[in-house]
Amino acid sequence: MSDQSADLLIEIICEEIPARMQARAASDLARLFADAFAAANLAHDRIHSFVAPRHLAVYVDGLAVRQQDSIAEKRGPRVDAPEQAINGFLKSTGLTRDQLVTEETPKGTFLFARTEMKGTATAALLPVMISDILTNFPWPKSQRWGATSFRWVRPLHRVNVVFGGSGLEGALDLGGANLPFTTASTGHYFEAPADLDLTGVGSADDYAALLRGAHVIVDQSVRVDMIRKGAKDLAARLGCETKTGETTIAETAGLVEHPHLLVGTIEDRFMLLPAEVLQSSIETHQKYITLQGHDGSFSPHFVVVSNRLADDARDAVILAGNQRVLRARLADAEFFWMEDKREPLEAYLPRLADIAFYEGLGTVHDKAQRLEKLAADIAASIPGADAACAARAGLLAKADLVTGVVGEFPELQGIMGGFYAAAADEDTATAVAITAHYRPQGPDDNLPDSAEGLAVALADKIDTLVGFFGVGARPTGSKDPFALRRAALGVIRILIEANISLSLHDTLRKAAGYHGFAAIDDELLPFIRERFRVSLRDTGIAHDVVAAALGDSELDNICLLADRAAALGTFLGSENGAGLMTGWRRAASILKSEESKDKQAFAPKTDPSLFVNTAETDLHSAVEALPVASSDIDLDAALTSLGGLRTPIDRFFEEVVVNDDNPKVRDNRLGLLAMVRERMLGVADFSKLEG
Amino acid sequence: MAKTHLTTEGLDFQSILLNLQRYWASKGAVILQPYDMEVGAGTFHPATTLRALGPDHHWRAAYVQPSRRPTDGRFGENPNRLQHYYQFQTIFKPSPPNSQELYLGSLKAIGLDPAAHDMRFVEDDWESPTLGAWGLGWEVWCDGMEVSQFTYFQQVGGIECAPVPLELTYGLERLAMFIQGIDNVYDLDWDGVPADQGGKCYGDIFHRAEVEFSGWNFYHAETDMLLTHFRDAEAECGRLLALETPLALPAYDQCMKASHLFNLLDARGVISVTERAAYIGRVRTLAKGCCEAWIGAADDGQQGEAADV
Repeated sequence: MSDQSADLLIEIICEEIPARMQARAASDLARLFADAFAAANLAHDRIHSFVAPRHLAVYVDGLAVRQQDSIAEKRGPRVDAPEQAINGFLKSTGLTRDQLVTEETPKGTFLFARTEMKGTATAALLPVMISDILTNFPWPKSQRWGATSFRWVRPLHRVNVVFGGSGLEGALDLGGANLPFTTASTGHYFEAPADLDLTGVGSADDYAALLRGAHVIVDQSVRVDMIRKGAKDLAARLGCETKTGETTIAETAGLVEHPHLLVGTIEDRFMLLPAEVLQSSIETHQKYITLQGHDGSFSPHFVVVSNRLADDARDAVILAGNQRVLRARLADAEFFWMEDKREPLEAYLPRLADIAFYEGLGTVHDKAQRLEKLAADIAASIPGADAACAARAGLLAKADLVTGVVGEFPELQGIMGGFYAAAADEDTATAVAITAHYRPQGPDDNLPDSAEGLAVALADKIDTLVGFFGVGARPTGSKDPFALRRAALGVIRILIEANISLSLHDTLRKAAGYHGFAAIDDELLPFIRERFRVSLRDTGIAHDVVAAALGDSELDNICLLADRAAALGTFLGSENGAGLMTGWRRAASILKSEESKDKQAFAPKTDPSLFVNTAETDLHSAVEALPVASSDIDLDAALTSLGGLRTPIDRFFEEVVVNDDNPKVRDNRLGLLAMVRERMLGVADFSKLEG
Repeated sequence: MAKTHLTTEGLDFQSILLNLQRYWASKGAVILQPYDMEVGAGTFHPATTLRALGPDHHWRAAYVQPSRRPTDGRFGENPNRLQHYYQFQTIFKPSPPNSQELYLGSLKAIGLDPAAHDMRFVEDDWESPTLGAWGLGWEVWCDGMEVSQFTYFQQVGGIECAPVPLELTYGLERLAMFIQGIDNVYDLDWDGVPADQGGKCYGDIFHRAEVEFSGWNFYHAETDMLLTHFRDAEAECGRLLALETPLALPAYDQCMKASHLFNLLDARGVISVTERAAYIGRVRTLAKGCCEAWIGAADDGQQGEAADV
């Protein structure tokens, strides 16, 4: 801190912020203040942000105490302008003639008015800045409370502002009431509820330490570390490791002001439940941290993250309560698991007829019957896939939706189907395919790991895409309620990563047929094409290379097109490829200008008897060696022969003047270049490449 | 059913209920009795649905509401699920600045001292498609157990709530099971009186009702009659709302009837999934009409009643 700058602490105390919104809120708050300081011309050092369930804060190091003085400049008339014009300028600026300055500019000599603007004190700017940011804060969901109209994520109680070590005059307008800025923070709701004076705080670390003293770990990442490390240590003591991932650990950190870890135990009888069911009950629903043995086996121990300080008697009560809740949940799961297995998976099929899939798309039972056929069709294009098995898995894939466990734990759909299929003595391959058919559920999820699983996964997604587009339920803007973008990306990823060569048109047409549609919706292929383009770009292929590889070709064999884009990218990155592009651009540009001059396109043909230079002969034979365009072109071979075109084309442009005086020779040379153009475009749409 | 479990004095079911009433009475709430109709949740009571909107600027009420959820019936065989259970409901409008503190105080009043447990407010937004209502809030956890629903109402009947009411809903059976430390609802000590002195447990009082009503809900209810009743209630509600001076409260009674009849039809399995959404939409239309009529009447003369406290 100096006399030019001072530290600023802004802290909002509100009722519990949903765990999933906390990290984002802290970064939004820091970003909004950084933007506001920039807009107000206020220099500052680092901005630290903090968030705990009831605390949201930024600490700004070295914020300028006033805006920089600045000079406002206004150009007046020319120095030799008539008196009237100069007087008008003086009047508008309120200055006298001797206060104006004369300056040379490239357009002549002008008069200028320069006024010095005194910067405003930061303390005077802050109240409005803070109010604006809080009033327009981008919460995903916000609410009103009491009799006021202000919106926040949950009721907001205090806005604490400390600038240069002392409180700042100001208030937040709540729409019906004013909330004056204060300087009193608060400690842990149950452990240290008294007020904490913030005026003595001298640094971000000081602030965190003050709250830590009152049992609030206000730095989210510190809470996450405490939980991660604590769970790891407890697990190590039990001879196992933590199974729960970072996302859930971060969520548990958002539910406590001060984490305190306790170890609970799952009763033996429940350990017979599938690990996925245990995982869902314990982690997803109860937000406990699950553990596993070093061999990956599910551990009978779990970690409860409590929000209280250690106290043996209370810890025992808390643990007993949590274990009782878990026992009731697992007892429910166990009941459903046993009940569900009383009947074979197939027996659940008729009940799918009671669930509407979507208006106009029949019931889930109809969907199951479509999947049976489509999965078999697709399996024919997947090496090693057993079509009968894929059909069976397609038919049974959705049957678990009406089972008890999936009713309780919807996130286990597919997985439970796999268990029930195995329990009903279906083929192992059928069960495995059912388990994985929802995959990939996102960019980080794996593909199904069996050929039949891939077939059913594709069939499910394609049936959904064709169906929803067919009844006009397409995604619009940011709205994609049926996750059709994810479905399309899933199809693309499976085709590319599992290297499945199938005709998308044929498959979509079949799917449309099973829906009873006369044709595929017009917007579906462009939609998939756009997702495909984006996914290729995401793999690091430049957008113009993607455009060149896809050309205007019908999007049919995604796997092949992806290979082409990758091969083309590699080729263009090579010396031959880059060199050839120079030749391509010269050929294309000469043809363009001569064709516009002649008002006609040159036919791609040439008469070798009219060749004058051997460079023409060489180029001609190199062109002849190129493959003729066709849909099943062997791109690697084509690119290799394109590489062979580079030297002849370079030599051609070095040694030959295309526009020969003899019109016959000229036209013959342009015809040769038109051949080059035609053959190269047959390989890829090079015209889409940017210089 | 035989009573096998006797809890500590003051923690029996009826004491919990009495203590909640006494606590909220001490905080200035009007203590009401249950509404005398079948409803699915305490929110349906006109003291919540309609009073959330008007006419008073201040409205504080608390009551127990028997709630019927026909599809949750398990013939008395499931230790956690009932087709008839008790909700305790508190509504404070406008939501007080110390809402959380007041709520935690109510737990202490029924033997659940927050200081001795791990209490959490876990995000849980509330929505009732049949009432056209939604709000933001939490489910409150005590040692990992959900003990209440805590909601700041934002809309009811599609109408913005201003001021905003706070609604607290306690599932009494679950809460009492937690407090008494038992795993089967039917074992709950109802009255604190030992069995040999005629004391009753939850099962003594309700087990037979659970068995019989499950049978009626799932198998025996005459569906044609239910459908006719639904249509009659819907028509009567519409007629009352169309009167020159609409009768909001009698119309809302018919709306509640229609809603419960729909739940019964649902339990009987005669409503397909697509029809389901349509039925919910029909009840919502009634609820909205009632809320509008209720507010409209407020405009006609009751507004002056709103005074600052």
